[in-house]
Amino acid sequence: MSEQIKKNDGTFMDRVRDMVRSFGLPRMIIAVFLLVLFIAAPFVGADFWTQVTNLFNRFSWNAVLVLAMVPMVHSGCGLNFGLPLGIISGLLGATLSIEFGFTGFPSFVMAVLIATPFALIFGVGYGWLLNKIKGGEMMIATYVGFSSVSFMCMMWLLLPYHKPDMVWGLAGKGLRTTISLEGYFAGVLSNFMQIQIGKLVIPTGALLVFALLAFLMWAFLHTKTGTAMTAVGSNPTFARAAGINIDKVRMLSVVMSTWLAAVGILMYEQGFGFIQLYMAPFNMALPAVSAILIGGASVNKASVANVIIGTILFQGIVTMTPTVMNSMIHMDISEVIRIIVSNGMILYALTRKTEATR
Amino acid sequence: MSQNIKKETSVGKKALGFLAANSVPVMFILICAVCIPISGFSPAYLLNEIVTRMGRNVFLILSLLIPIMAGMGLNFGMTLGAMAGEIALIFVTDWQIWGIPGVVLAMIISIPFSIALGLLCGKILNMAKGREMVTSYIISYFINGVYQLVVLYMMGSIIPIKHTTIRLPRGYGIRNTLSLLSMRQSIDNLLAIRVAGVKIPMLTFIIIAVMCLVIVWFRRTKLGQDMRAVGQDMDVARDAGINVERTRIISIVISTVLAGFGMIIYLQNMGNMPTYSAHSQIGMFCIAALLVGGASVDRASIGNVFLGVVLFHLMFIVAPSAGGKITGDTMIGEYFRVFVSYGVITVALVMYETKKRRAKASMGEQLQAAQQEGE
Repeated sequence: MSEQIKKNDGTFMDRVRDMVRSFGLPRMIIAVFLLVLFIAAPFVGADFWTQVTNLFNRFSWNAVLVLAMVPMVHSGCGLNFGLPLGIISGLLGATLSIEFGFTGFPSFVMAVLIATPFALIFGVGYGWLLNKIKGGEMMIATYVGFSSVSFMCMMWLLLPYHKPDMVWGLAGKGLRTTISLEGYFAGVLSNFMQIQIGKLVIPTGALLVFALLAFLMWAFLHTKTGTAMTAVGSNPTFARAAGINIDKVRMLSVVMSTWLAAVGILMYEQGFGFIQLYMAPFNMALPAVSAILIGGASVNKASVANVIIGTILFQGIVTMTPTVMNSMIHMDISEVIRIIVSNGMILYALTRKTEATR
Repeated sequence: MSQNIKKETSVGKKALGFLAANSVPVMFILICAVCIPISGFSPAYLLNEIVTRMGRNVFLILSLLIPIMAGMGLNFGMTLGAMAGEIALIFVTDWQIWGIPGVVLAMIISIPFSIALGLLCGKILNMAKGREMVTSYIISYFINGVYQLVVLYMMGSIIPIKHTTIRLPRGYGIRNTLSLLSMRQSIDNLLAIRVAGVKIPMLTFIIIAVMCLVIVWFRRTKLGQDMRAVGQDMDVARDAGINVERTRIISIVISTVLAGFGMIIYLQNMGNMPTYSAHSQIGMFCIAALLVGGASVDRASIGNVFLGVVLFHLMFIVAPSAGGKITGDTMIGEYFRVFVSYGVITVALVMYETKKRRAKASMGEQLQAAQQEGE
């Protein structure tokens, strides 16, 4: 029986089966689902180009956050559920930049500059911790993220911010839960060189920044240090034998991941137009994690292509399901679908046998 | 070698060792000792609250013990049992069965749901050996999505729900808050006695005591011993002829069923049920409480459960008020207690992982030494 199958090697069905296997069944289902949504969109009265514009926008908001997953996956630290830590450094950068009185485009640059030292310090501490607990990274990363977010909840209230745009009107202190970025860096990248064709709007600037970061990441992964990082992730014993300082490489990956998360949240905010504080960063790790997994990454393998494909698929589902499903069955079922799809994807990745050995 | 070390240990070092081993409970006792006088609550009020919360939470936390015994770590998947309990409560409320019979019926109905979810959870966890905790954590999110799908869209449209009072105005789906007035504190009030103004829900405590005895008994049964063997070393257990996968699944199923019962006890005490958020935090709070009681990822006793509930909830009651008195903002205290809950879990996880690594390293050294001696 098995010989017969082998003889048929090369037929069309086999090739399809191979493709499905390499692409992964859940990924296939999600891609087909998204395709169906796009085809169905015009029939239910949703404008196609508006949908594409939405997708472009949301891609530009989220892509960098997803990109932040790559270094840690490469160095074998697993999926970075501790993303909120980096997000917090980004939030500190954004709020401090506004507090210091910067406006417009400079406020974005300053936010990135101010966020950098925070991201470095947090990243080093986080990396040190993760080096001490090799093997249990993902669970601890989750809780490092949670505890840092809840710690910062206190800090947002206590830190001496005074800018009237940001603090509660009556008390005069304590940051608001949502801060509008109008006049600061709302849309500074998205509106830069924006292309408008009919109803299609492309946020060129933001996409270019992502392209630059993605290119840098790709280039880094092909340098000597980047290759060492991949080696540490795929086979630590071999890497040690080759004379690579594993702890140092892992530390570097964590710092990179944290910094990218800081930049990622700033990109998100400039597109979204608001800074969200307090419990908002709490659940930002899961969408990013599932996005990169949908894109074809696994617990210890990820590429820039995974980031791009994953963000498009994930954000596609997030933007398309509400509009299409609502008009089709008159039920706002999109939130539930999003929860099931994204967490189901993470579960699928966690239960793959090949990655369980480490 | 080891004798030399033993001689050097003085009383002071022993005390330090004790502190290091029990750092989390000690830290909590200190926090409570500082916060209680500042908060200004009367001892009678605190005692009353603690007794109430003990009756409410202990059963839920007991459900965590068995997976720990089987070496599967903290079962974040206990949320699944909580959801099963909630679904059972929705049905019982719709059928309008009141009081104790309602609670008992809810428990019976929850069993099949819990077993199904527990089987699923156990199967998935067997596919992800070595990272059970993070997987069970994601499972709880995943099943939460399924729960919402069932409760928010299928109940009333596919699954018959008769009464409009518990349905959303649009005709299907359950309201955000489900009143359990018909069952409110029915277990707690039966046989309740008052001692110096403190209401003691005797029946709840009797149920908890029976459960504790069952757990103690269970540890001595064949299955309990098997679980401990699996928890010690899966490979050795497998060589000894234990069906490791089956044992692990059973431990999760038991935990899920108990969590379902626990959730029903919890909700009958609360008197109303936030349909979509009651379970979302419950796993985290139960796990934090257990860890505060001095448990770790691979070792937990019934004593840890009780100490943990008392200390954790004492902190929970006094923190907002104490925070408000210190900083002039009650929100600080609210955030502080959330931070402490997460912080405790983080610290416990880090301590467990470092201990595991150290044990591994020292075992390697021992092996090396043995080899050298052999040469």
